[in-house]
Amino acid sequence: MKAADDIIITARDVTKVYQLGAEEVHALRGISLDVRRGEYLSILGPSGSGKSTFFNMVGGLDRPTSGGISVDGCNLQDLNQKQLAWIRCHKMGYIFQSFNLIQTMTAVENVSLPRIFAGESPAKARAAAAEILEMVGLGHRLTHLPSQVSGGQQQRIAIARALVNRPGIILADEPTGNLDLHTGEEIIQLLADMKKQFGITIITATHDMKMLSASDTVVWIKDGRADRIARKGEFEVAIGTIDGKTIA
Amino acid sequence: MNAQPSITNAAIPEQRQVSWAVSFQVSWAGIRRRFFRSLITMSGVVLAIAFLTYMQVMNDIVRALVRADDAVLNVLLQQAGVDIYAGDAPDRMMVLLIVLSLLACLVGIINSMLMSVTERIKEIGTLKCLGALDGFIVRSYFIESSVQGIAGTVLGCLIGLAVAIAIATTNYHGYIAANLPLLSILRSLAMSLGIGTLLSVMAAILPAYIAARKQPVDAMRVEE
Ligand SMILES: Nc1ncnc2c1ncn2[C@@H]1O[C@H](COP(=O)(O)OP(=O)(O)OP(=O)(O)O)[C@@H](O)[C@H]1O
Ligand SMILES: [Mg+2]
Repeated sequence: MKAADDIIITARDVTKVYQLGAEEVHALRGISLDVRRGEYLSILGPSGSGKSTFFNMVGGLDRPTSGGISVDGCNLQDLNQKQLAWIRCHKMGYIFQSFNLIQTMTAVENVSLPRIFAGESPAKARAAAAEILEMVGLGHRLTHLPSQVSGGQQQRIAIARALVNRPGIILADEPTGNLDLHTGEEIIQLLADMKKQFGITIITATHDMKMLSASDTVVWIKDGRADRIARKGEFEVAIGTIDGKTIA
Repeated sequence: MNAQPSITNAAIPEQRQVSWAVSFQVSWAGIRRRFFRSLITMSGVVLAIAFLTYMQVMNDIVRALVRADDAVLNVLLQQAGVDIYAGDAPDRMMVLLIVLSLLACLVGIINSMLMSVTERIKEIGTLKCLGALDGFIVRSYFIESSVQGIAGTVLGCLIGLAVAIAIATTNYHGYIAANLPLLSILRSLAMSLGIGTLLSVMAAILPAYIAARKQPVDAMRVEE
C-alpha cells in the first residue's frame, strides 16, 4: 500500500484558451491540483465551467495553453505523439458519457482493443477481455453488440474496456450522464469497487451531487478555476451549506 | 512539434504499431457487420466495372465471330449492328463512356468513404483514446475501402461477363459456343479486375489520411 499523500497527478496553473474565430474562450484560467494515488476524486461544476476541458488535459488528449501536468512524475507536455499514445493505452482508462463503444464490435471485441493496441495477440486479448467482462457482471453478454444491451450494461462494457490494461488512472467524464439514477448509482458503486480492488485512481466529472457518495475528494470548478477542494468528511457537511450556490 | 524529451520522460516508451494482419482482423468485424452499408458504397464500383467488363467481353466475342466469317453468322452480326468490315477499330465513344464511368466510380468511393469518416469521428477519437496510433487508423480505413472496392470489382466482373454472354447468346445462338474466344475474354477479365482494384485502392488513400487526422478529443463530444 502506498502512502496516502503519494501524488499521482499534478496540475500546475493549467490554462486553456480556445480560439473561436476572433474570439478567445478562456475555458481554464489556471487550475492547480494534486491527485493522490488510489483516491476517488470528483470534479463538480456547472455546465461550461471547464470540467471536460480539464479532463482532456489530464488524460493527454489535448495540450494546455500554458501550465503543466505531470502523471507519475512525467510531464505530459514533453511527450511526443507516440509516447502520449502509449500513456493513453497503458496508464489511463477513459469512460465517456455516451459510452463510446464501437458499434460494430461485440462486447468482448470492444474490451480487447486496448490489449491489442498494447501489442497482444487478438486471441490472448480476447481471453483477458472475457475475464474482465465476467468481473463487471457481463460474462453472459460477451458476444452481444452494444445495440443489443442496455445503457447500464454498455457503460459496464466501457468500464471493462477502461480496466483491461490495468491502468493506474481512470478518467470518467459524466459516466452517469446518460443513465437513470439507479443505474448511475450502480455504475458509481462499480467504479468504487474497482478502485478498492485494483488501487486505481479514479477521476470523475459530474454535475450531480448524488454521485458524490463514493468520492474521497471533491473539487468544485467554477469559471475555469478550482473554487474549492474538500476531502472526505468535509464535503458531506459542505454539501448542506453550499447546495444551490455552486451547483447549476 | 515533438518536444525534446526530458530525463524522466525518456523512460516512457513509444507506442508500437500493430501488424497489418492484426489490423485486418480488427477491421474485419466492421466490414462484416456494416455489410449493407458497404453494398451501397460498392454499388458504384459494381456498375462501372460491370459496364467495362461487358464492353470488353462483347468486343472479344464479336471480333471472334467476325473472324469466323460464316455467311449466316455475318447476317446475324449485321442485324445486331456490327460493321463486319471495320475490323478492330475501337469505338471512341465507348472508350470515353468507360473512362467516364470509371471516374465516376472513383469519385463515388472517395465520397462515401469520406462520409463514413465524418460519421465515425467519435469512433476514431475513441480508438485513439484506447491507444491506437494514426497508422492504425490509416490502415483500417485503407483495408475497409480496399476490401469493399475489390469485392465490388469481382462482383462487377461477374455481372459484366454474365450479361455479355447472355446477350451474345440471344443474338448469335449456337455460334457462341463454337467460337468462344476464351483467352481474350480471360485477358479482358484480368484487365477489369486490375483496373477496379487499382481504382479502389487509390480511392482509399485520401479518406484514410483524413480519418487519421481526427483527434482523441473528438471522442468526448456528446452530440452523435
Ligand atoms: N473545442 C472548443 N472550442 C471552443 N470552445 C470550447 C471548446 N470546448 C469547450 N469550449 C468552451 O470551454 C468552456 C468549458 O467547456 P467544457 O466542455 O470544459 O465544460 P464542462 O464543464 O465540461 O461542461 P458540461 O458540464 O456541459 O460538460 C465552455 O465555455 C465551452 O464553450
Ligand atoms: Mg463536459
